[in-house]
Amino acid sequence: MDAFRHEPLLMNSSDRAQDPFSWTLVFLCWLLAMVSMLGSLFFSEVMGYAPCVLCWYQRICMYPLVLILPVALLPFDRNIVRSVIPLTVAGTLVAGFHTLLVGGYIPEDMKPCTQGVPCTEFHINWFGFVTIPLLSAMAFLLITALLILAYRRSSP
Amino acid sequence: MKQKNLILISATLLVLAFIVGALVYRSQKADAAGQAYQRDKTTYVRPYSPGYGNPAAKVEIVEFFDPACETCKQFYPLIKQLMAKYPDKIRLYARYTPFHQGSDTVLKMLAAAEKQGKFWETLEAVFAAQSYWTSQHQARPELVWNYIGGVGLDLARLKADMESREIAGMIQQDLADAKTLNVKATPEFFVNGKPLPTWGYEQLKALVEDEVKAAY
Repeated sequence: MDAFRHEPLLMNSSDRAQDPFSWTLVFLCWLLAMVSMLGSLFFSEVMGYAPCVLCWYQRICMYPLVLILPVALLPFDRNIVRSVIPLTVAGTLVAGFHTLLVGGYIPEDMKPCTQGVPCTEFHINWFGFVTIPLLSAMAFLLITALLILAYRRSSP
Repeated sequence: MKQKNLILISATLLVLAFIVGALVYRSQKADAAGQAYQRDKTTYVRPYSPGYGNPAAKVEIVEFFDPACETCKQFYPLIKQLMAKYPDKIRLYARYTPFHQGSDTVLKMLAAAEKQGKFWETLEAVFAAQSYWTSQHQARPELVWNYIGGVGLDLARLKADMESREIAGMIQQDLADAKTLNVKATPEFFVNGKPLPTWGYEQLKALVEDEVKAAY
């Protein structure tokens, strides 16, 4: 009986959850994650730039989105959207730190990786300021913002 | 279902773009490497690098090898087959790449053998006995002496040459060139300066055949 009584409410929330705008936002996030993953693989596997430690931490936060977000889209599931936000926030923090490090805003002796591939190495520098960590930080920031927006808009 | 299709199509397009991009990038890079090689071969071949085959051949394979590397040993007969298939059209150059522990001593031995004009004979003897003087990816150079007796080397001269600064310098130079050319594993090949698109014998064969076709 309880289930019956709640049915109109459930219907309502499911309608909200199918909100095409939220779906599109999460779909855009997935596209961004996909482009970020393929782009980073292009840098490392095709162009042969070895990823540094910080790059690997960002990959750990980005690559799962490529596989998990489609689950949140088919059908739309706002709880999954909520679940991946910690990943994107962590990615934003690492990428932000890395961007500052490469930009020289954090002193050399604070860099966490002295062995192996240096995290301050420049591989690309478009227009004098666009570096790989900056691209990563922009992607994480955008994905986080869009996911939060999608989560809020679809709230029952 | 429309949503599902949208995701599938986007994924396919993005992956395709990645693959096409990778192929275009690699071929452009290979062309650039080939042109750079024709202008200046210094980092690829040094004057002391042992060569095999017709010195006037138009297709040059540069191999960075390690005598303790099993795959290098397996490639050796395959490369000889390839060279036999195109007689006088291919020349092979060997570069010293001590990536295994203990290999540098074996390479000094080989470089000293080259001074007696017996590099390739010695290399064959060293490869043939490889499993007897390597264990767990470590070379035990003191054991190699047992297997090069049949080559006909002047061993006293070989030992003296192995200690020379000249030969130590060759090994160092080759390692530095390997670093410049981004060689991270052995065997690594350059065919007229072009790296393999992906590592493997079939890829080497295809690249050599392309170069033979282009040159002759």
